Amino acid sequence: MTVRTMLVVNAFALMTVLLRGEHAAEFTQDIVEIAAQVEFPLLFALAVCYLFAPAIQRMEFKRATFVVAVISLFCLFLCLPILERFDLRPNPLRWSGWALAAVGITMIYFHWRASAATPAIAEARVLALNARIRPHFFFNSINGVLGVIRSDPKRAEHALEALADLFRALMQENRKLVPLGDEIDVCERYLELERLRLGERLSVVWELRHCPMDTYVPPLMLQPLIENAVYHGIEPSSEPGRIEIRIVRRGRELNIHITNPVCADGRQNPGNRMAQANIRERLALFFDIEASMENGQRDGRYVVHIRLPIKRENTR
Amino acid sequence: MNPLNVIIVDDEAPARERLRDLLGDIASTQPTRVVGMAANGLEALRLFEETKPDLMFVDIRMPGMDGIELAQHLSRLAPPPQVIFATAYDQYAVTAFDLHAIDYLLKPVRAQRLEAALARARASKPVARDVLDGFAEPRRHFASSERGRITLVPISEVLYLKAELKYVTARTAEREHLLDESLVHLEQEFPDRFIRIHRNCLVARAAIAGFERDEVAEQWNVRLGSVVERLPVSRRQWPAVRAAVLNVELPD
Repeated sequence: MTVRTMLVVNAFALMTVLLRGEHAAEFTQDIVEIAAQVEFPLLFALAVCYLFAPAIQRMEFKRATFVVAVISLFCLFLCLPILERFDLRPNPLRWSGWALAAVGITMIYFHWRASAATPAIAEARVLALNARIRPHFFFNSINGVLGVIRSDPKRAEHALEALADLFRALMQENRKLVPLGDEIDVCERYLELERLRLGERLSVVWELRHCPMDTYVPPLMLQPLIENAVYHGIEPSSEPGRIEIRIVRRGRELNIHITNPVCADGRQNPGNRMAQANIRERLALFFDIEASMENGQRDGRYVVHIRLPIKRENTR
Repeated sequence: MNPLNVIIVDDEAPARERLRDLLGDIASTQPTRVVGMAANGLEALRLFEETKPDLMFVDIRMPGMDGIELAQHLSRLAPPPQVIFATAYDQYAVTAFDLHAIDYLLKPVRAQRLEAALARARASKPVARDVLDGFAEPRRHFASSERGRITLVPISEVLYLKAELKYVTARTAEREHLLDESLVHLEQEFPDRFIRIHRNCLVARAAIAGFERDEVAEQWNVRLGSVVERLPVSRRQWPAVRAAVLNVELPD
């Protein structure tokens, strides 16, 4: 939210410069000047709004806009003496008008965003996205259990338990964030089943030394990506392969790297980009632009990198 | 009833165990003898050469060479074995099997269903080669049998195919392989990959690095990227070869 506000207001400032500046030479000068005038009051106003955020969020649109406008003007005039010290003397009247316009644009932008992604639609999408499991995996797992049930009944028992746990997780409504530790458990259950089928072909390395297990993440964020890694990186090759999952905390951010070998010779399993699109969309629903997901190849391995903010409590 | 000799081919160990257990369970009504189990296509071909089974259970989705390609190779061997496909879930393959009345098993397999499949296999002939070629994706390997040992040659690595006496040789950057195939069939099977440059030679389009004029023999030779050999282009094929290769590289 904060980042988006800054982006919107700054885009407006840039527009102002572009509309006003007639000479290219003045362009840079204008940008610097307007940035100096805008950023400081903007940050100040954002901080104040943040303090009152719970109250403002409960208000209806018009009233909220009015309150935010008042806060912004208030902050603006408090900043005036400071700006004068830096030899910037904006015309207070023009300046207030500009600020009000900026408030208006920002509020309308957020209002439009909120209505475009109302909770009902968003939740429907989250639910629809969750209704997925590869039938191939399901039937092969059952067949795997049947295969060891006579020779190793204990192993068959564990596998069925894992299958039950996995299905429980897959059938949750999944509207709420879950602790990272739980998500990792789901992945372990899943990998247990894959190990039954694939045996020594599958090895997995978890690197979780600097990983806060109590941070909250979208449910089924890791499992489908690990499933992809098995499906594209391990299954098509007769050689053993390694999947590496590294989760580290970097400041206020959680960084997740999942890598798998790229199969050069084997016939590639027919892929669908469903899982990735799904996760990207849910990351956006939960964290907006504070989270991101990238994928690509590095040193002969396929890499998925997710970045998301650390969250210690379960809120949307 | 005579027991059928069978080989089970599946890349997943528990799936092989399961099928073997089930075959044991129904042995009183459908006697079988499991003479070998293989985890991939190459192993399966070698086992076949050693044991010459009557019947092979072949999983469709396997790394390297999938079950359908394996069946294509098996159908070229003499005498071809019966093949029963098994799959957990492959919509396209299953649709194709239904269309061509080819029998298959869905995993997990039931004993009853397995009995029925065995009874049918005893009564019918192996699936014909052209039926398999009809719906399978293009083969990705040639199976080369030399001194009783089967090797697989990835088709993508073949630079050219040359007919010599009874055999066709496939040249890769490293060496030559003997194939028991006919040049005419290969030309028809891979029209996009290989182009005929001579009565006895097909060249991989991708392997052509250029052409050289041999003034003495008054003919053009194909220059290949990775080996020094030159391959003569017959006067009859030259216009077609030039059109197919040069027009792509020199658009006007």
